[in-house]
Amino acid sequence: MVHDTPKPLVLSNARVIDPARKLDAPGSVIVADGTILAAGPEAANQGAPYGADIIDCAGAIAAPGLIDMCVSVGEPGAEHRETLASASDAAAAGGVTTISTMPETDPVIDDPALVDFILRRARDTAAINVHPLAALTKGLQGTEMTEIGLLKEAGAVAFTNGHKSVKNAQVMRRMMTYARDFDALVIHHTEDPDLAGGVMNAGLNASWKGLSGVPREAEIIMLERDLRLVGMSKSKYHANLISTSDSADVIRAGKKRGLNITAGVSINHLTHNENDIGAYRTFFKMSPPLRDEDDRQAMIAALADGTIDIIVSNHDPQDVETKRHPWAEAEDGAIGLETMLAAALRLYHSEQIDLVTLLAAMTVNPADRLGLDVGRLTQGAPADIVVFDPDKPWVLEKSAIKSRSKNSTFEDARFSGRVLRTVVGGKVVFEHG
Amino acid sequence: MSATHSHRDMPFPHRHLLGIEGLQPHEILGLLDRADEAVEVSRRVEKRKSVLSGRTQINLFFEASTRTQSSFEIAGKRLGADVMNMAVSQSSVKKGETLIDTAATLNAMHPDLLVVRHHAAGAVHLLARKIGCSVVNAGDGPHEHPTQALLDALTIRRHKGKIARLTVAICGDIAHSRVARSNIILLNALGARVRVIAPSTLLPGGIQNMGVEVFQDMREGLKGCDIVMMLRLQRERMNGAFIPSVREYYRYYGLDAEKLSYANEDALVMHPGPMNRGVEIDPAIADGPQSLIREQVEMGVAVRMAVLEALAAHLPQN
Repeated sequence: MVHDTPKPLVLSNARVIDPARKLDAPGSVIVADGTILAAGPEAANQGAPYGADIIDCAGAIAAPGLIDMCVSVGEPGAEHRETLASASDAAAAGGVTTISTMPETDPVIDDPALVDFILRRARDTAAINVHPLAALTKGLQGTEMTEIGLLKEAGAVAFTNGHKSVKNAQVMRRMMTYARDFDALVIHHTEDPDLAGGVMNAGLNASWKGLSGVPREAEIIMLERDLRLVGMSKSKYHANLISTSDSADVIRAGKKRGLNITAGVSINHLTHNENDIGAYRTFFKMSPPLRDEDDRQAMIAALADGTIDIIVSNHDPQDVETKRHPWAEAEDGAIGLETMLAAALRLYHSEQIDLVTLLAAMTVNPADRLGLDVGRLTQGAPADIVVFDPDKPWVLEKSAIKSRSKNSTFEDARFSGRVLRTVVGGKVVFEHG
Repeated sequence: MSATHSHRDMPFPHRHLLGIEGLQPHEILGLLDRADEAVEVSRRVEKRKSVLSGRTQINLFFEASTRTQSSFEIAGKRLGADVMNMAVSQSSVKKGETLIDTAATLNAMHPDLLVVRHHAAGAVHLLARKIGCSVVNAGDGPHEHPTQALLDALTIRRHKGKIARLTVAICGDIAHSRVARSNIILLNALGARVRVIAPSTLLPGGIQNMGVEVFQDMREGLKGCDIVMMLRLQRERMNGAFIPSVREYYRYYGLDAEKLSYANEDALVMHPGPMNRGVEIDPAIADGPQSLIREQVEMGVAVRMAVLEALAAHLPQN
């Protein structure tokens, strides 16, 4: 794809929300040369650059394009599930303009040449911004550290062991210590593999279903361990997917101690609980497992009070071969790029969180954590924008899913809030209807 | 060295040389002055002295070492001692003999000087307490290697004319290095400014309180240095546990011309050997005009002669 400079663009008559400035006001967004010229009330009276396309947003929200920092793509190795191109289409439809890709591919992204491969494939096939996460350990085996320096130079934005925890505390400590020398962010999945052991949230529900349980402590213990190691190594750490109220407490206490930590939550754990599993619906099988309603409410509260910084889709395309199995044998994971915003708006409609805070968790917060200049509408920033109507009702139909895999937990779900337009680098990459 | 400043005849009031720790600066200087003389002796055709005539020196090496062992052997022989090498190489250890048993066996042989290398920190101290002769530490685990630090100091002094106020960077695996520890103590004792440069995984805990400035960035750390000491990276640390790979280590911590250009123009490069060319050092630097690496070996013999000679003063006389 040739990136020629797009025409100037004006999004007028919009409700401009820029979480980086805590701005929520009527106004316009003016774009030229692929960057933001002005955004907000002050842009409303500035007219339009010569030859600009002018789009009347009719009161819809214009916000920074979303950043999803936990996206699994099947490329390389499982292109039948998702390619960078199909993930890009799904992301654009969901208002997501930047993704960071998980290294759990085949081969694992643990070599600078593979980081380069992802970046080249994304440049050639994707319409949105793609930033690879590199493996924290070779082959994600949890034993030997990867070339954090060379991988970072190649373009890896952070380092993660994917959906597997590094079990050995000494290994983790050394990697954090080494990562600190390179100012590299370590993103970790916090679930003790031995203690986890099961296939759904431990408790009465699992017991009645005859399924082995994953106790909440599997997450809490690993998280507590990690934060002690962060304290020792003075490293930069992000807990990728927390799911329990106690985990939020651990993060809260860690931040109070002055640790350089952030926490993420998947959209699934903000909008679903274990009861949604119903009759062993495997699309709801994920890691960490869906918890009970109290934990879900605790996640929302932690997001609202700033304990949780980042919302991710934890997009994980799986096909029938991996999902159409008895619950215990099915793979973890659900897609989410296309529905993250719409699902997140449920929390806004239920008046549990304000829009600026909600959008910050999907724009400026992940951008800052990954050291990216996107996720804001400040002058000079890349013109990555989502225009959405927060009230427009719609239903997710399976046939409309753009992702190559259809394992959505929101099939036939009703949403209020629809993406109308997605702009990347000043270029419209998605338009509704 | 002019005679007026010589510490040559200062008494050396120690029965053993177990480490640099515990030596007074004038004692260190005394050993260096003696070593300067030994260099001259070693360059003569007739190299033999008789200070250790009739004495028995046993080199007890629990860890293989070509360089240090042969250096001690030559030093002892040039001083007239009967030198015997015992390569323990785990054989009797494997048979279950403890270090104390070994000491008892050795005592029965009545050595006068015992040179010991052992893989465990503190092992040489333990032997010294159990044995009736003078003991020289030839390296105990990651603890100390005093004669290496002395030979490094001798090499530096012969080129720079002094140690005090020089800036010396020690680069590489500080955490596991006995050479680094002995050098940090010695260089500080003689008034040098010491820096260490390494990835944090190869630095021991509390390094910032060990009398050094700590750098993770080699270019930063080399700025203004007079001496660059490279350390050997052990093979078992290369692949993932402490650093991810040789190529990444070389990229950020291997000494090449570009990185060396950040040091002073007349900076000199040292390495205790054996070197991993292409791991911690570019061959062009190792064998280049700024390298003192080969000279360090020569100084090693002289320093060991000086040490053995100094200790001989305390041996019981007939």
